[in-house]
Amino acid sequence: MVTRGFFGRRRETPPRPIPPGQYLERGFPVLTAGPTQRVPLDQWSFVLVGADGEPLGQWNWQEFRSLPETEIHTDIHCVTKWSKLDTTWKGVTIDDLLIAAGVTDPPPYLMAFSYGGYSTNLPTWDVLEGRGMVAFEFDGQPIAAEHGGPARLVVPHLYFWKSAKWLRGIRFMPQDQPGFWEQYGYHMYGDPWKEQRYWGD
Amino acid sequence: MEGTAVLGRLVQDPTAAPAVTWQSATVERVAVETYRAKTFTLRLSEPRSFRAGQHYDVRLTAPDGYQAQRSYSVASAPDDFERIDLTVELIPDGEVSPYFHEVVEPGDVLEVRGPIGGPFTWTPDLTGPLLLLAGGSGIVPLKSILMHRDLAAPETPALLLYSARGPEDIIYRKFLDRVGRLNACVAVRCSLTRRQPPGWIGYARRVDPAMLRECVDELVRMNGGEAVPLSYACGPTGFVEAAADALLSIGVAEASIRTERFGPTQ
Repeated sequence: MVTRGFFGRRRETPPRPIPPGQYLERGFPVLTAGPTQRVPLDQWSFVLVGADGEPLGQWNWQEFRSLPETEIHTDIHCVTKWSKLDTTWKGVTIDDLLIAAGVTDPPPYLMAFSYGGYSTNLPTWDVLEGRGMVAFEFDGQPIAAEHGGPARLVVPHLYFWKSAKWLRGIRFMPQDQPGFWEQYGYHMYGDPWKEQRYWGD
Repeated sequence: MEGTAVLGRLVQDPTAAPAVTWQSATVERVAVETYRAKTFTLRLSEPRSFRAGQHYDVRLTAPDGYQAQRSYSVASAPDDFERIDLTVELIPDGEVSPYFHEVVEPGDVLEVRGPIGGPFTWTPDLTGPLLLLAGGSGIVPLKSILMHRDLAAPETPALLLYSARGPEDIIYRKFLDRVGRLNACVAVRCSLTRRQPPGWIGYARRVDPAMLRECVDELVRMNGGEAVPLSYACGPTGFVEAAADALLSIGVAEASIRTERFGPTQ
């Protein structure tokens, strides 16, 4: 349906395609359902939990920062319609966390869970092969609390609500289950290129 | 186990849920709220019940197929869900809000879908007095909550603290005057952070812990004794961060605070 009198006022042409329904954003909006979590580094820890509820590996900040680091340069896409190009994140890939925990065959789904109670579900495959990391730096600086620091999940090929802020751990699951926003109507998978914003998309 | 239940909605099965599909909506009315806010009343072709605090997506399509989408909170109460009011604040270098302000008129047909959003909603079954904190156009979903409270839970005390730059920026002025004056269960407090009219006796500063302490104390008095208020803070990121941090600093429980942030970005 063509909208009467609308011709688009594209502020700038993206240097490369962005997903349908998205617009370019230079800033970095903050979207969170509750107060910003402020987790002191000496109280921070990260845990990988097996499908049976048993911990597979746990790291305090110092131990976590001694794991191999990876830097990625990527575009990110928020379900609230903004896309931000050319962001740089440094962190520990899920591959490296699994190696450190000695896990070779993780279950097919996971729930990322956060300080403050947030959670989001992902197929495990979507965070492997370098596609997901626990990031602690954004554009060369420690991640600010309002953007999810000390450490957040970054899975840039899915809508950014999947990249949980204030990450506290990952729990593996034999079957897919909805996380926080997924219970409130957001899509279970969230591929921005297929515009999987909400249930039924 | 991750504590998502604190916000109190039932777990639903997304695979069995209805899709949020696009529908056409006819503009019935355009009302000027302020020099940069207009309210558009849309009659939905496929009405869907919604909760106060939720939003709709709007999709505009150019003749060449180019599309732009934005989200706007519903300003009206869910008691009538055949129509929704969307209040759009003009962002001068924006793309969708100037279209709304300069082009849209009654009779136009727009594509919308919704309702969308979960944690930032209020339903009458949520007991406890309401502390509503609005920064700028963050008043929009809180107006829906206030109106719905009026009809569905008139005994529930509510205090609205509205932070705006100047008197000319206050949206829904007549509604807020009326609801604050006529209803003993509702108090409306305003802080004008940049420009105050002569003789202004309200707050004249950005939200801080002392201000929120006074608001919570007043709400407790209105409630006739101690009660845990449900807090809803909506506005630009800086306002919501300051409000939520201030609430935590005066001892308000984190699980009782709901937030909705929107641009301008940092």
